[in-house]
Amino acid sequence: MTPPDASAALSAPELVIEAGRAEAHYWRDLWRYRELLGFLAWRDLQVRYRQTVLGAAWALLQPAITLVVFTFVFGKLAHMPSGEVPYPLLVMAGLLPWQLFANALSSASGSLVSNTHLISKVYFPRLVVPLSALAVALVDFLIVGLLYVALCAWWSFWPDWRALLLPLFTLLGLLAALGAGLWLTALTVRFRDFRFIVPFLLQLGVFLSPVGFSTTTVPNWRVLFSLNPMVAVIDGFRWCLLRGHQPFYLPGFLIGLGVTALLLASGLWYFRRTERSFADEI
Amino acid sequence: MSEPVITVRGLGKRYVLKHAPRSDTLRDTLTAGARGLFRRFTGQADPSSEEFWALREVDFAINRGEVVGIIGRNGAGKSTLLKILSRITEPTTGRITLRGRVASLLEVGTGFHPELSGRENIYLNGAILGMSRAEIRRKFDEIVAFAEVERFLDTPVKHYSSGMYVRLAFAVAAHLEPEILIVDEVLAVGDAAFQKKCLGKMNEVARNSGRTVLFVSHNTAALQSICRTGLWLQQGRVVQRGPINECLAAYLGAGVEAAVFTPGDPARPHLTSATLDRAALAAGRLRVSAGFHSPFPLGRPVLGIILYNRFGLPISGSNGRMQGTSWAPPAASAGTITAELAHLPLHSDTYRVSLFLGDAVQDYDEKRDALEFDFVSPHFHPETPRLDVIGSADFPWQWSFTPSSPAGN
Repeated sequence: MTPPDASAALSAPELVIEAGRAEAHYWRDLWRYRELLGFLAWRDLQVRYRQTVLGAAWALLQPAITLVVFTFVFGKLAHMPSGEVPYPLLVMAGLLPWQLFANALSSASGSLVSNTHLISKVYFPRLVVPLSALAVALVDFLIVGLLYVALCAWWSFWPDWRALLLPLFTLLGLLAALGAGLWLTALTVRFRDFRFIVPFLLQLGVFLSPVGFSTTTVPNWRVLFSLNPMVAVIDGFRWCLLRGHQPFYLPGFLIGLGVTALLLASGLWYFRRTERSFADEI
Repeated sequence: MSEPVITVRGLGKRYVLKHAPRSDTLRDTLTAGARGLFRRFTGQADPSSEEFWALREVDFAINRGEVVGIIGRNGAGKSTLLKILSRITEPTTGRITLRGRVASLLEVGTGFHPELSGRENIYLNGAILGMSRAEIRRKFDEIVAFAEVERFLDTPVKHYSSGMYVRLAFAVAAHLEPEILIVDEVLAVGDAAFQKKCLGKMNEVARNSGRTVLFVSHNTAALQSICRTGLWLQQGRVVQRGPINECLAAYLGAGVEAAVFTPGDPARPHLTSATLDRAALAAGRLRVSAGFHSPFPLGRPVLGIILYNRFGLPISGSNGRMQGTSWAPPAASAGTITAELAHLPLHSDTYRVSLFLGDAVQDYDEKRDALEFDFVSPHFHPETPRLDVIGSADFPWQWSFTPSSPAGN
């Protein structure tokens, strides 16, 4: 071992630990631990498909089957309108962001409890843990995106310039998942009850979000419907991917943006407030 | 070199212990549950919980380059102190000032994933301990050489032997380069040769680098060789801070468990004192003496003794009556009775002793948990599993192996 740089040690910032003291360097620390975030995400990706036969195909299989079922139920049985857009593409453009949200939310919610051994033995800004769960969900999202590209090729229905705005809506979906996920993961540390609530929430959510149908089919309820932050995200995705066949609905987008901002701000507040006692309660 | 890098003032940590409420009927259980739920959500104090201070009014300062051994019994607050210094948990009271980058090693192999290979785990564990990717890459070969796992680098660590696993984990941690290093009892792992190597590494870190090290161990020899200063904690308070040898002597000396009892009712026969022979204990023998006094001569004074493990479970007990006619002391109204075991078949841990005084027919006095002692077994093996799994008793098992007869029989 080489001796630490003495001058660096002397100039090292003073760190004060006190009850209830908000850490001054929290966000800087979070940045310093960005590599850990990457490593945790990488670990989860590495480990997930070990000892499975189908491997990463699992990331595709689930949305593919959901796509078939939704197309059949909403398109063929219920005869929901889709304009000139092939119904499977309409469904897939909704399923893509929904899968991202559902995966991100469920893994973020369980992230602290499934990393108990780290939290009780090492210091790092705890936000790293749910954030790494988001990163994993984003990778899955990119894989499912390939499925969308394949569908586009099959129906020769390619998106236009609007697709450039897709990252914006992806980010919005991730932030909505993060806001809700921060609440749920911090609450799960204390009340394991929330572990049972998340799957239930997502099960309901898939029907309260316009995944299998277009929002234009519920014109009367649209404002109320928009309180679900995923409505704005899914509508945005369809606007981006379906050449504007689904018109951009500004009030819905603004409501979604507001709800997401509120969720995120309150989620961060609750997470930061309870973070210091995670090691004692987990 | 006299600038303090760690300053601790008035440090306290309170835990709230929850007791399971007594409920006899389903309705009681349900109403208690509902009430508890309401309280938890509203943040009211729960009457079935009790406060416990793991640390209380702890003050000390540690200078740059100082290597401090923290000693004390199980439950004295050592681990809590390290957890607070490592920022894993928050203090309830007090203030700590740290100058310099802190790395802590509270457990060997934190975050190791069994499905990942040795190589992958080096990177993962390094990142968890606070090393950058570039830093790990630079030290990678050194780590692998230290751990002696070159051949198995790409094997998932779930296939490693426990020795290899521990070596790899320690090797990563040993290559941390913080200004302040906090190490919990992690040297009690691996085989003897590797322990020696780890100790050497710790020594090197402590001696040559000007790093500040806080080190918790029950290994007296390791403490003496690595540390210059000692910090003795007892029941959450600092009892002594000074040269390591003085602290160790005081700590071990205090272990000559001796107690003097004030009689509850002087008109009844009672125990007056109890002592445990430390020297005998170090040699693997248990020798407990108890003095008694009685207003009338006890026909056949009898001492009862029960040994408990750390979890309060009785391990073994005996008394004079159980010895039948072979226990035949003369009648006396005062004296000392000694109970002795030539070989104490226990694993290393903390134990408690309860004492009873009686005569041939009845008991007169009892002293629950009169003595408490740390036992270090001469047969200690680093791969001993946790005692809540295998129990406290260490019977002298005899092992044998019979090869199966050649095929065809």
